[in-house]
Amino acid sequence: MADNIKMRAQLKGALTELKVLMTHPMETGRRKNDLDEVVPAHFIQLVTISLNGKVVTEAQWGTGISKNPYLTLHLRGAKVGDMVAVVWHDNRGQSARHEIAVTAG
Amino acid sequence: MKRRGFILATGAALLSGMLLPLRALAAVWNKAAFEATTLAGATQGLQVDKETPSADITVNAPDRAENGAVVQVEVTSRIPGTEAIAIVVEHNPTPLIANFLFAEGAEPYVVTRIKMAETAEVKAIVKVGSRYFTAGKQVEVLENGCG
Repeated sequence: MADNIKMRAQLKGALTELKVLMTHPMETGRRKNDLDEVVPAHFIQLVTISLNGKVVTEAQWGTGISKNPYLTLHLRGAKVGDMVAVVWHDNRGQSARHEIAVTAG
Repeated sequence: MKRRGFILATGAALLSGMLLPLRALAAVWNKAAFEATTLAGATQGLQVDKETPSADITVNAPDRAENGAVVQVEVTSRIPGTEAIAIVVEHNPTPLIANFLFAEGAEPYVVTRIKMAETAEVKAIVKVGSRYFTAGKQVEVLENGCG
């Protein structure tokens, strides 16, 4: 499911800029489709970001995050080649994981 | 049977780093706070008793958003010991948008895109130990983005 997450981690001075784009409908459970049927809630609840296997940020989300969620975070102490992983879990038990190496900015 | 057992075990090992049983996720996700339909309910769910305004928190968001479905928000906390940044929007159907918990190795900084139902203040609530600080930015929303 790596296709679900696009990400980039660039070392810029002391900080590593991590940008993440996830593919997800983020349905609130309130929207109606063209047939006037309520579309069931389907949204990411938990995103975990780790650096070399150690969790550095955990995000809990409600339905208010936009469709195809976007994130920028700043990591400290990472070196070129260090591994950054992003995992998400949604309210239907689906999940995706993607991992990349830190590159020089 | 043996072969199937092996495949299952291998699959489980491969996925263990990625899959979290639903029950475990339910224990982590703050259901009371995220499902609250009032700002007071959301902050209560986060166990915030009182938040103090702080000039050391910056909330960057547009003055006007044409479409409330996608509003980019940037939050920076310069308060030492920041553990978490929650983003709340009072006039949304469920005001709590997100709660970011930072461990050593991550700066208390985040950029994300949120949905806004109507014109409101985008508020950041920063947790520092048992104390809470806040800052906000008023965003005029021209089109409801909460579907």
